[in-house]
Amino acid sequence: MLCYNGYYTAIIWRFIIVPVIEAQGLEKRYGEFIAVDNISFVVNEGEVFGFLGPNGAGKTTAMKMIQCVSPKNKGKLEVFGMDVSIDQRKIKRLLGVVPQESNLDPDFTVYQNLLVYSRYFDIAQNKAEKIIEELLDFVMLKEKKDTLVTLLSGGMRRRLLLARALVNNPKLLVLDEPTVGLDPQARHLIWEKIKKLQSLGNTIVLTTHYLEEAQRLCDRLVIMDNGKILVEGKPSELIREYIGTEIVEADNNPAAIDCLSRTSSKFEVVGDTIQVYTDDPQTVMNALLKECEFGNVLVRRATLEDVFLKFTGRKMRD
Amino acid sequence: MSYFDVPKLTGSLWKVWSRNKDVFMKTFIVNFIPSFAQPLLYLFAFGFGVGNSINVMEGVSYIRFIAPALIAFGIMDSSFFECTFGSYVRMYYQKTFEAIIATPLSIEEVIAGELLWGATKSVINALIMLPIFAIFGIIDFPSSFLIIPFSFLAGLLFAAIGMCFTAIVPSIDSLNYPTFLFITPMFLFSGTFFSLSLMPDFIRYFALAVLPLTHVVIIIRSLTLAQPNPLMVISFVWILLATLLFFVLSINLMKKKLIV
Repeated sequence: MLCYNGYYTAIIWRFIIVPVIEAQGLEKRYGEFIAVDNISFVVNEGEVFGFLGPNGAGKTTAMKMIQCVSPKNKGKLEVFGMDVSIDQRKIKRLLGVVPQESNLDPDFTVYQNLLVYSRYFDIAQNKAEKIIEELLDFVMLKEKKDTLVTLLSGGMRRRLLLARALVNNPKLLVLDEPTVGLDPQARHLIWEKIKKLQSLGNTIVLTTHYLEEAQRLCDRLVIMDNGKILVEGKPSELIREYIGTEIVEADNNPAAIDCLSRTSSKFEVVGDTIQVYTDDPQTVMNALLKECEFGNVLVRRATLEDVFLKFTGRKMRD
Repeated sequence: MSYFDVPKLTGSLWKVWSRNKDVFMKTFIVNFIPSFAQPLLYLFAFGFGVGNSINVMEGVSYIRFIAPALIAFGIMDSSFFECTFGSYVRMYYQKTFEAIIATPLSIEEVIAGELLWGATKSVINALIMLPIFAIFGIIDFPSSFLIIPFSFLAGLLFAAIGMCFTAIVPSIDSLNYPTFLFITPMFLFSGTFFSLSLMPDFIRYFALAVLPLTHVVIIIRSLTLAQPNPLMVISFVWILLATLLFFVLSINLMKKKLIV
């Protein structure tokens, strides 16, 4: 009987997929200030999972707890089924981290940065040398191998940070604002690399406030504000659910608002414009042009930015 | 979390040490010049300047009296500055610690590695100074060889004290306070350039009770003169206990500062 149970346990176990990250009721305080307020989420294997939010939303704090460098105050946080407050060393061995601000070693060259970092992961030097050659190829920094990192451009530094994060062949990549401050060329290159890593089966968690970036890269994402998760889902589904596929924009005037109120359309007034959310822009436009007196009317596709602004509001952040 | 939790350390801390060693070796020559030049300058200034008016101090020639003090000061200077300004720059400006704790290493190991590196700088300093003093014939061998292992312990003590300041100062400018409130008085009042017996009682007792350099000078002078000082054992125990205390304290202070 015991054997029989054991056999089934083994079978069941194979079908239980342990999520890469599981957070429940996670909380982080700095004194009175609550940086992360009772959030729950699950990141599955092979997924690109995004944390979006305005500055100070608690994204970076959440990343730091996942990286085991900032202790949680409350709730559960497991990475690969291991508790972040107990198995820090084991978790960190499986992680690759690209921080928001460059912390490359300015005393070293590109190559030395990677070599010294590989030592922290107990990678033997001859093995490390091989890995580093491959990584420099991957991020296209081979020619800069012997350049001091202080002499690199912002885009090159980001690429080097990405290469450094891959030195230990991580099972989970944590990217905190991977393209902040980069020009479009450098940004596209980083996106391409992230896509490539995803296609190789890597699990990636990233924070960003570039919504185009999130829309392109993320399989699923959460929008955070004031330490809380406001909404979670796939980018396309979030847009469809909360905005509709299209947006009709028109100049703001009282007559138009009055008219829209009568037609029971879903709309919002944003400064000088009125935005009408819809899945059928043609009908809405025709109706509006016929019945209401609009000046300029414009139809555009709804984006994640519309969802973002709907949830986080338009108030300026510090 | 208290200030005296015993840090959990593994051999990984030597990787932090290696990182600092690698940087040091890159600018090898530049790093050697101050260790080499500083004691020579003091030796000439005090040896010829003051030495001509003072013939004997505590029964030996003045230059033989100050030689061990200069070695002791070099040991203090190299590890203290490594773990104050050096560590502060790595912690705050270069974010080196932040980068390392994203790997399997813990913050405790990072700080311990920094302290051991600080102590190593003292050993390097001692290794550079000893031949110079030997050439002048003002230190005795073989007893002076013992300064080499001892410089690691003494260096560790000043590294740990320095790291405590690094953990508590609000900015790098504030590190000037321990320099002139702690290092400068020690430079002058630890039985370095004048015999402690010439000092008023309260300075003598103060120096023996709280100035670590006093004890380091007592031991090193016993070694360079090959004349055991009766206080030697007490001094050694004092240094050992203080090193242990500040080693643990500095790691906990840094942990409190950086892990939030």
